[in-house]
Order: sequence, then C-alpha cells, then structure tokens
Amino acid sequence: MNKKDQHIDTTNEVLVKVEGLSKKFCKDLKTSLWYGVKDLISNVQGQSHTRLLRPKEFWAVKDISFELRRGECLGLIGHNGAGKSTLLKILNGLINPDAGKVTIKGRVGALIELGAGFNPILTGRENIYNNGAILGFTKKEIDAKVEAIIDFAEIREFIDMPVQNYSSGMKVRLGFAVAAQMEPDVLLIDEVLAVGDVGFRMKCLTRIGELLQNTAVIFVSHTMPQVARIANKILLMDHGKELVCGDDVSDGIQRYYQSFQNTDKIVGGNGLVKLKSIKILNNESKEIVNTTGFVELIHNEAYSFEINLDIDDKVSKYWVNYSFIDKDAKQVANFFSLFSKSIFEDKGQVSIKSKIENMILGQGIYTVGVSINEVRTDKSRGDIYCFDSNIASISITGISTGHAPIQFVGEWNLMEANEA
Amino acid sequence: MALETRIYQKDNHLKFGRLLKASVQDVLGSHFLAKQLALRDIKAQYRQSYFGILWAFVMPLTTAFVWIFLSSSGTVKLSDTGIPYPVYVFSGTLIWSVLKEAINTPTASTNSARGILSKINFPKEALVVSGLYKLLFSSSIKMVLLLILMLVYHMSLSWYILFFPLALLAAIFIGTMIGLFITPVSMLYGDVNKFISLGLSFVMYITPVVYAIPDSGIMKTLMLYNPLTPIIEVTRNVLTGGSLEFVNYYMMLLLGSIPLMCVALVWYRLSIPIIVERV
Repeated sequence: MNKKDQHIDTTNEVLVKVEGLSKKFCKDLKTSLWYGVKDLISNVQGQSHTRLLRPKEFWAVKDISFELRRGECLGLIGHNGAGKSTLLKILNGLINPDAGKVTIKGRVGALIELGAGFNPILTGRENIYNNGAILGFTKKEIDAKVEAIIDFAEIREFIDMPVQNYSSGMKVRLGFAVAAQMEPDVLLIDEVLAVGDVGFRMKCLTRIGELLQNTAVIFVSHTMPQVARIANKILLMDHGKELVCGDDVSDGIQRYYQSFQNTDKIVGGNGLVKLKSIKILNNESKEIVNTTGFVELIHNEAYSFEINLDIDDKVSKYWVNYSFIDKDAKQVANFFSLFSKSIFEDKGQVSIKSKIENMILGQGIYTVGVSINEVRTDKSRGDIYCFDSNIASISITGISTGHAPIQFVGEWNLMEANEA
Repeated sequence: MALETRIYQKDNHLKFGRLLKASVQDVLGSHFLAKQLALRDIKAQYRQSYFGILWAFVMPLTTAFVWIFLSSSGTVKLSDTGIPYPVYVFSGTLIWSVLKEAINTPTASTNSARGILSKINFPKEALVVSGLYKLLFSSSIKMVLLLILMLVYHMSLSWYILFFPLALLAAIFIGTMIGLFITPVSMLYGDVNKFISLGLSFVMYITPVVYAIPDSGIMKTLMLYNPLTPIIEVTRNVLTGGSLEFVNYYMMLLLGSIPLMCVALVWYRLSIPIIVERV
C-alpha cells in the first residue's frame, strides 16, 4: 500500500501547464486570408507585434491558465463558440497561440476526429493501417494490435469490405477501436462519444475510464451528466474567457446551466382560461423573488404555487398540472392536481394555491410549465384551456451535484441481526 | 522514463537550424505514414478504374502526338532536334510532366489532407513525402515507357543512360522545392493554383519540350535563360546521348537548390499552423 502511494506521488507531476493563453481569430474570410498572407511573412521575419487586435479580429481564447496532473480530468464546458475547440487545437499543437505558453509532457492523444485518413474504397483492414499511421503508430504496433482492434470494433464479419459500404456507426466503431489503442499521457476528447449505439457508447466510456487513471484528460462536452461523472476539475469558458476554473465541478456546471437564460416559451390553449399571474411561495407564504433570472429553491423544503386565473363561463371542470423540465428538455416531474384528487369548477377570477411538501428535485436548473385542462365526465382529458411551457426557471440548491433529477431523502437505519 | 516535453508559444526568435532539424527529423521519421498514405491513394485510384496507370500518360502523350502531327504534316517548321522527332517530343513531354507534377504535388497532397490537418497532429512532412512516393511510382513507369520507345526507334544506348534515373530524381527534387514554396500561399488562395497551371502551360513553350532551341531570335534568348531549360535538356540528353552543353548551368541549379530546399522545408513547416487556422 505504502509503495503504491509513493508511486502515485512520483507520477503525479504536472503534465499540462497553460499560462495566459490567447488566440485571436478573424470574423471575415477575405480579411482573414489576407492576414494569413501577412502572418506567413511576419512569421519568417520573426516579428512579435501581436498582442493587439487588427480590424475585424476578436479573441477566440483570452488569458486562459490552468494546470493538470496525471490522473486528473478537466471538464471543458461552455456554449457553442466559447473557444473550447480552439483551446483544444492549441493544446494539440495544430495552431500556434498568439500569446501565452503551453507546456505539455508526454505523448498526446486526441479523440477528436475518429477514422481520420480512411479511404472509402479500401477495406476496413486496410484503413486500420491508414488511420493507425496517422495516429502515430508504427507498422509493428499495428500488426500486433490489428486483431484486438477488429475485436473491439465488433465488425470482424465486414472487415474486408470497403468502408464506403459501412454504416456510419460502423465507421465510428472502427475509428474508435483504433484510437482506443493509444496509450497517451495526455488525452484530449472533443465530444466524439455522441455517436454510435448505446452498447458501443458504454464501451467507449469504459475505455476512457481505464485511460483516466494514468492520464491527464481534457474533456470537452455539452453533456453535463458525463462531465459530472468524469471530470474532477472544471473550466467554464465564455467568449474566450474563463468564467469558472477550479476543482468545484458542480459550481461550474451550475454556472453553465445558468448561462442559458431559457426565455423561450410556447403559450396556447383555446382561450377559455387566461393565466393572470403566478407566484412561488416558501413555507412562510412569502413570495420568492426572481433576482438572478432563477427562482432559487432549496432541496427538500416545502413550496407553494399560487396561480391566478380568469375562467370563462363556458368552462366546465378543469385540472391544473405543473411540469418540471430539465436542461435536456426532458420532463422529469409533474405536480398534477388530478393525482392529488383535486378537480376545480369555479368560474371567474380564481386563485389556486397548491403545496409541495418536499421539493426533492436534484441540484440544477428546471423550467416550470403549467397547463389547465378540461376534465370530461369520464375524467379523461378534454380540451386544453390554457398552457404556458415556461412560467419560471427554478434553480435547486442545497444539495451537491448528483446525476439523477430526483434525490430522495429518507430515514436510514441499521437493522439488528435478529430483525433481519 | 523522461517524458518528451512540447512547448507551444508565439515564436519571437526564429531559429532556422532548430526548425530545419525538426523538419528533417519528421521527413525521416514519418516514413511509414508517408508510405501508408501513398499506398492508400495509389490503391484507391486503381481500384476504381479500368485504365489505371494509363491515365498518367494520356496528357503528355496527346501533347506529343499533336506535335508529331504538326511537324510531320509541315504545319510548323521546327529546327533540327538531332534525334528522331518522336523520341524528342515523347521524352520532352514525359520529363515535363514529371517536373510539372513535382511542382504540383506538395500543394495537391497538402490540400487533400485539409480535413485532417485541422483535427489531428501528425508530421505534416509526411504529406510531402507521400506525394514524392506517388510521384516516384508514376515516374518509374514513365521511365520504362521511354526506354521502350528508345528501343523501338533503334536509338543507341550509351552509358550515360545510367544517369537518367538520377537526372529524373533531380528534376523531381527541384520541382518539389518550387512546389513547397508555393503550397502555403496556394492553400490560402485558390487563385494561385490556377495561376501556376496557366503559367506552366506558357512556360512549356519557352522550354525545349516539344521543339529544340532555335538558332537565333528572342525565343533563343528566353530559352537559354529559362532555368527549366537545363533540367529538361540534360535529363533528355543523358537518355538519348545528346550533347551536354547545359551541364554547368544544370550543376549550378542543383547545388543552389539544396540550400533552397532547406529554406522551403522550414517555410512549409512554419506555414502549416497559419493555414490550419485560416482554412
């Protein structure tokens, strides 16, 4: 045990060190090309007047710094165009920074493009060699690994068929199978796992999990549960700058979610019911005011919804349903008056207050929608009187990051032996 | 085990020697990748075609046939070439096509890898070397074709012919060197490529490809100064046993192209990141 600890100590050196990294890009193609020609020339002259922006340029990456040790995984998140891929390209040595410095130790592997160098006319087996060569394997290494690759990809049956007849999933399998043979010290991953069927995706994640232990990983993704699972450091980027950087992964993810102010809504219904106002109240019946763009609620506390409706006389019986939608647009919970045995028939100005005893949604951001439906005599759903897909965005706090949208709280007791 | 350390930063002080060393190391070290890429392209090209390698000769041979016809029908009057005209014109167009391809190859192979250049870090020099391999493949077949032609026309074979492959290699070397200088700019602007191919088709007529250097006139002066003239002339003459009057100019060119090749390699290496970020 002692020995192992020592081993970890010595291998725990900093593998990736990024200091004040900046990169500028140009918005306009023609100008960009012209700057390219100028850069080609100034490159040769070795000039260094580059901290300033020229017209039509912007900072795609600005003053980014971090360190990464072996065994650590940095989740690199941010909205589209935040500079994640540019940063990854600099780390991969594809483009040079305009300012700052990157120091990388060891072999760098990149899971950015799977199946690079494939030629569609050639067979899968031939393409293993093409792809492997581009990824930096020697002929000997590929010879030794080709069987393992075919097995990993699970396409032995089709390995001597031209790759153009492969399905896109099969191509990705083969590409990943080759890339998975890398044993890098630093691994860059850019959202390549979004393809392939579920079984293969699991296999990929498992392989990455294996690599994680001995590798410094930089993981770019838009899938926050995956980031929460894999990363132990976080860098949230916005317009090239760092917004959050450090060990608090859940804070980074929270801030990422908050950066999407979801104001899109669908409002509809047949117009017989009008939604006047809606409030979310805490246990002391005080309204929780939306200050940050989110109504902040604490996990497992009691909350009430108070809705004011204008109900037409033609309306018969109706029920009210609140739905909770997570960031992946998945409906994760309902608060439905029917299930609470509440059907209403009052007309005119109506206020309905409903209470949830324990808000057990997990940490994160949810959109709340509401709908008021006609109840037919057989208690089935009739017309939609009114709905609004986004009456509030709530942010659940008071519980640390979990992957599940629901976090139960309950009593836990150790049972005596004779009880069991 | 000591880990290899890479540092990426804005280079303010350019070290030519260091860059050249890295470039040469990558040229030598990427042998397997270059071979694999060349094999891939050659295989793919011929698997999808019936006439395959024939296409490599069609262009130079058509040009040759046109000129043989023009000359034999008396449409154009050409100065004496000293050897059977068909041999002269075939050797000229084939050597010219090798030179032209050599100039185009670095651009073509870099361009075809555009997609992976911005995704994967691999030694870019491998692209140039793989282009060279492909060029050697098609050139060696052209060489065989030329030898057959020599036999058909009962040309006497001199010992100089042993230098022919070397001369062809030299032509490829110089062509690639020129191509390396052009590649970065032509990756940025598509115009450059068009301009080069247009320019080359004119330059062919001030180079002794399909007719010999005339005895006098403006054409003679142009042809004598044209640096491509000695390349074509010497390469053809070691094959056919002709006079080696351009050999001094030729040797000067070759010696000059060695340091230029070093500059070209460094230029290429420096330019790739800029191209990757712009296109």
